[in-house]
This record gives sequence, C-alpha cells and structure tokens, in this order.
Amino acid sequence: MSPISRGFHRRHEEAEPAGRVPPGQYVTRDFPVLSAGPTPHTPLANWTFSIEGGQSPTSWTWPEFQALPSETVTVDIHCVTRWSKLDTAWTGVSLDVLLDAVSFDDPYVLAFCDGGYTTNLPVADLRGGKAWVAYSYDGGPLPPEHGGPARLLVPHLYFWKSAKWVRGLRLRETDAPGFWEMYGYHMYGDPWREQRYAGD
Amino acid sequence: MAGTAVRGRLTWQTATVDSLVDETASVRTISLSVPDWGGHQAGQHLDIRLTAEDGYRAERSYSIASAPGEPVAITVERLDDGEVSPYLTEELRVGDEIELRGPIGGYFVWDGGDRAPLLLLAGGSGVVPLRAILRHRSRIGSTVPVRLLYSARSWADVIYRSELGAEPDGVQVSHTLTRQQPPGWTGYARRVDQAMITEVAWPVAQAPLAYVCGPTNFVEAVAADLVALGYPAQRVKTERFGATG
Repeated sequence: MSPISRGFHRRHEEAEPAGRVPPGQYVTRDFPVLSAGPTPHTPLANWTFSIEGGQSPTSWTWPEFQALPSETVTVDIHCVTRWSKLDTAWTGVSLDVLLDAVSFDDPYVLAFCDGGYTTNLPVADLRGGKAWVAYSYDGGPLPPEHGGPARLLVPHLYFWKSAKWVRGLRLRETDAPGFWEMYGYHMYGDPWREQRYAGD
Repeated sequence: MAGTAVRGRLTWQTATVDSLVDETASVRTISLSVPDWGGHQAGQHLDIRLTAEDGYRAERSYSIASAPGEPVAITVERLDDGEVSPYLTEELRVGDEIELRGPIGGYFVWDGGDRAPLLLLAGGSGVVPLRAILRHRSRIGSTVPVRLLYSARSWADVIYRSELGAEPDGVQVSHTLTRQQPPGWTGYARRVDQAMITEVAWPVAQAPLAYVCGPTNFVEAVAADLVALGYPAQRVKTERFGATG
C-alpha cells in the first residue's frame, strides 16, 4: 500500500494522447540530453559504420552510408529518466537494409560508439522496420549532443538503447550487458512494461 | 568504462521524512529514514514516487546529497512548472511518508579509490552529487586535493553555502555568479568559459579526475573545455540535468 501524499496532485491536466505515453512518463517539448562523458567529435572522413562478426563483416564509409536507401520516420521516444517526446522526425538507414548486407545467425548485438559507450539489443528488435541508424533530426543534420553524426534509433525501447555516436554493431551469440546495463539498468528496456532497472 | 556487478531487483520502500532544511528560497534538503537501505556510493541517485489521493502517481530521480553511511538525503530544487518538486519543497512535512527506491547509477560515482586530484564542476543544483563526494572524502579521511568550481545565478542561489564556505583541508572552492553579484564580490561573474576552466582546472600532467554536473548547456560547454585542455574523455564524468519536475 503506497502512502498517500496529501496535497499532491496532477499538475498538468492537458490530455496526453491515449496510448502514446508509457506508464511513469511525462511529455516534454524540450529535447533533454543525457550522456556519461564529453560529446565526441569524430571527423566524417574517419567515420565508418561496421557490422562485426558473422560470415561477412561489413563496413561503410560516410559517403557510402549516405548513398544507402534512407527513410524519414516520425516516432515517439521515451527516456528512462521519464521524459517522452512525441512526433520526433528522423532520417536514416533502416537496420533491415544494414543487416541484410551481412550473413549471420547471431540473435544479439552489442552496439558500439565513439566515446566507448555500448548497449545490447536483440536482433529481432532491429528488424521489421523498427530501428534505424539516423543521421538527420527534424530536417537538419543530427547535432553532436544528440548523437551526431549518427545514432541508433530504436524508439520502441527506452532511449538509452538508441546509442549516440554509434559506429557499429558487434554480432553476438549471447546477450551481454552494455554500459548502462552493467550499472543495473534493464537488459531489454521496454517502456510499456517499465523495464527501467534490472529485475523490473 | 568497465562496470560494476549487476545488482538485484530494486524494490520500492516507504521512507519517513526526518528533517527539512531550506538551502535557498527554492531549494530544500530532505533527510529520510529508510528502513532497508543497502548503502550507496557518492554520486548515485534514487527514485521518488508520490501517490495522490485519487491514485495518480508520479516518479522522479534525485541525486543523493549525503555521503555513504550518512542518513539518506536528497536536495530538491523547485521548478515552478514542475509537478513533484513543488510538492517536495513546499508541502512535504517532517514525519510524512514517501516511497523511494535506489541507489541507481554507478558511473558518476567516487569511492576514494582513485587517488587523482579531483576537479568538481557544478552548475546550479548540479552541486548536489558533488557535495556527496566532498562529504564522503571528509568521512573517509581522504587527502586527495579537490578544486570545486560552482556556477550559480546569484549568491542567494548558492546551495550548501556555509558548508562549502568552510573549505575543509585540501578543498578549494571557487564561485562564479552569472547574473547578480553582491557588493564587493571578488569571485568570477560570468558563465563558465575556457579561460575560467584553464585557471581553475588541475594541470593535465597531474592526471586529474573531473566530475561535471549541471544543466545540459553547462555540461556540454565545460566538458568540451576540459577535453580542449587535454583531459582524456574517460577522465571527465558527466551528469546532465534535463527537464525534470
């Protein structure tokens, strides 16, 4: 039984669109930034996106990546720190396109990034039009503090899974925790089931 | 960036408010009696959950303001358009019960094991986890030298004013007041910039360890300045306060 806080009440009465905001989240129009260290700045000339492991490891340079078929999507994003942002517009390459370029059976990936950040994801969550490597936000280049030049976009999971400054995916036979997952955050991170921390 | 062991499940528990201290006109420290607290590290945070009479619930994360071994305390800044912080800073009374779970986070922490000089950079209420680090340093008798640069709008907005003013041995505190300065102010009076960071920061040759906490634009600027000074990115730990209420 939770104690009742007398005098505490909902302050923001504006109706949030039904079914759009997961439990425990509130809608913000800002775009807050959360990261554990300084924002890296990798020159595009040195940038690659790689898929490591599998039978045919593959890597794209920035121009090669830009030449891949792109999609513009409008999605809702949900941060574990409890803000959600609705109708965010991104352009990038579908993970379906990227994963189809390699041959593999592994069921998991560990995404790796400039700055040393990692996060783990099941391959099934990257397929079927659910995930992208995005390089444009709201019609412009993706700002560095939001993960530019390119970040993962996996909007159906908490946003720490949408790794900023992503440089590739390491295919894995088993699920291994990434950066925040090692500090006790949930291995999967479904916002609709409030999987914030290990054991949730 | 190696992690610590994955913890078990974090369960909600009921804590009782032990004391309330007004730090500034809009900031209050809440000390809590938590029956089953497994301990925490300096720099970690916890989640608070409030339940209204009609069953409405809201959760927010707050940095832990107290050192490991001290009673759990949080320091909350009232955000006028917020939902939880106005309640915590204005309505909450000693003896009230609230739910919490934690501790959470394991990267932005300092346990005294790293002997490097500490550089602490605080923007506004970003000073809270850094205060936990300072208190922990005192409690364990660490002699690691510390420099703290604290950016606030005015002297009246400085949290933990007397505690920081006491400057324990080996701790050097610098203030910058960005909007309003008292008469005769001799500290900095502008937003943190590269020149200020260069003056305050430990030389790179001493292999210092930096903790930066504050609003996003503060953290972005300060972290970039430190990297420009030559601080390796992995020696600059950041925690950004986004929009939370």
